[in-house]
Amino acid sequence: MTTAPLDKTMPLNKTMLSHTAVFWIGFCAVMALLIVAPLVLPEFWRRFLTEVLIWGLLAMSSDLLIGYTGMVSFGHSAFFGLGMYGAAAALLLVSPPNLWLAILFGLAGAAGAALFVAYFSTRLRDIYFAITTLIFSQIFYVIIFTWTNLTGGENGLIFDRPHLTIPFLYDARFSSTTLHWFVLAVVTASYLTLRRVTQSPFGMVLQSIRENEARTRAIGYPVQRYKMVSVMLSGLFAGLAGVLYAVQNEFAAPDFVYFLTSGDTVIYNVIGGIGTLVGPIVGAGFFQLMRELLSRFFGDQFPYLIPLGIIFIVMIIFLPQGLLGFARRWLNR
Amino acid sequence: MEALGHFFQSIPIDLLLIQTVNGIVTGMILALVASGLTLIFGIMDVVNFAHGELFMFGAYVGVIVFAATGSFWLALIAAALIVAAFGAVLQIVTLRPLIGRDPLNTILVTFGISLVLQNYALWQFGPVARRIPEPIESSFTLFYLQYPLYRILIAVLSALIIGGFWLFLRYSKFGVWIRATTQDRVMAQAMGIPVPLVYTGVFALGAGMAAASGVLFAPLAGVNHTMGLDWVLKAFIVVVVGGMGNLGGSIVAAIFISLLEAYAAIWLDPSQAVIVSFVALILTLLFRPTGLFAAVSK
Repeated sequence: MTTAPLDKTMPLNKTMLSHTAVFWIGFCAVMALLIVAPLVLPEFWRRFLTEVLIWGLLAMSSDLLIGYTGMVSFGHSAFFGLGMYGAAAALLLVSPPNLWLAILFGLAGAAGAALFVAYFSTRLRDIYFAITTLIFSQIFYVIIFTWTNLTGGENGLIFDRPHLTIPFLYDARFSSTTLHWFVLAVVTASYLTLRRVTQSPFGMVLQSIRENEARTRAIGYPVQRYKMVSVMLSGLFAGLAGVLYAVQNEFAAPDFVYFLTSGDTVIYNVIGGIGTLVGPIVGAGFFQLMRELLSRFFGDQFPYLIPLGIIFIVMIIFLPQGLLGFARRWLNR
Repeated sequence: MEALGHFFQSIPIDLLLIQTVNGIVTGMILALVASGLTLIFGIMDVVNFAHGELFMFGAYVGVIVFAATGSFWLALIAAALIVAAFGAVLQIVTLRPLIGRDPLNTILVTFGISLVLQNYALWQFGPVARRIPEPIESSFTLFYLQYPLYRILIAVLSALIIGGFWLFLRYSKFGVWIRATTQDRVMAQAMGIPVPLVYTGVFALGAGMAAASGVLFAPLAGVNHTMGLDWVLKAFIVVVVGGMGNLGGSIVAAIFISLLEAYAAIWLDPSQAVIVSFVALILTLLFRPTGLFAAVSK
């Protein structure tokens, strides 16, 4: 008699504990791998991994819209690019160049673009939203491309990488290893923030908009305001990715504001698995790795987007959940 | 007042007229592209991201057939037929499995198709633009300009194709099927209309129209692998401004947008003139989010 309830509650507690425990153990294991990686990998692959993390952050930001709010954005290149050019402005105008100021400027640029896009495009749903975000990103592209005096036009802007500074404590040049750690720290913090956001009441409302927008509105949530905030939040993280990319590569170019960057972002999401946050990072890794391997085997001129595009089409038809789709429920618990 | 008068005097009337003709000519091609896009959307709920690539693909087929036979008109017909057949295959292989799924899947798949086609064109034909010469070389005098007759012919041909298409929708059996499916898919199926066949047919029809406009446009500017994106963006703007799924609205909107861009090109750089049509889109979204002509159709 006395042991029976104990038997029933024990396994229940145990499974609940083990889910969070397993999540954090897995998290720590992946983190440990990523922290050690630059010490082991050769220079090229070190850079490669850092870049994958940056693309992953961009894809993750867009997952907040695609996977959680149910809006496909084809305009993330605008936020990414404005983040890049914002960082460029800070690094070129202020001397000595300051890393934190670059992040601040980049975020401000992305926020401006996101406010503009969010205000107009959230009036529309589904496909119309996708098209208008695409058109807005092209507006930014045309402006940046033609305003040569300010943005350098087609050639873009070149600047020096800022030092990694922590006021009063630390000031040193970035090595490729410390840069990797810095990017890793930013991406991890972003992941944890976004995870927290999607699990918060706010995130629940976003998911309910995805599931049934009319019902969400009927319950009394101001749907458009929620959508705007979600676009802006997504834009901010995309801008952050742009800043990181600018810092890593020491240039800003209009190519990154072009539609193809947005297209790649959508591909990362679909390949990795939408609505999982980590899936898009995996997708970005898969995409970049395939691209690298294909051009190694077949030469630089090989149109790697043909096989990758076919994989993408096949995945939407047969595996719409993506590579990490099987873990979707588990990751969001 | 004086400044205003001065401004009006500074508007070059002759240039304005020339640009009006230019705007109508591109507007008619754009209407041809956009009507295929809006047809596919209206019936299948599919936003065909690859529409611009079908346009480009048609232009390339035109280039090849023209190089082989030397006849522009043969190239035009062959491109339309080949791309229509290709569109039918594309629809059966990639879009048919997605019927009944979230419409966002179709936008993703067609985006994938556009990527593959665009890169295939780059790989196969290289980045250098190809050209088809104008089939009619005569021209007439428009003010000080020798205006090529071919451009007028494009507008007339586009209008003929759209008109024929309208008659087809109105009077042919297949056209009745299409209109019935647009109105009520389930009911149409219940009445014995082969809806999957209608879908494939409509996609093929839209693809053929895009290809025909691609060939018509090819003599005006070169054919290259990136032309698809420009046109699909313009067509999207037209379709949103004209009201999604509204054929008449998108034709009017196509001419409207092209005229706007043509006039803007008098004062601005052509690459910046695009922004004017973007602004038209934003204003439409602000004041009439369902399109300027949507109220008429619904």
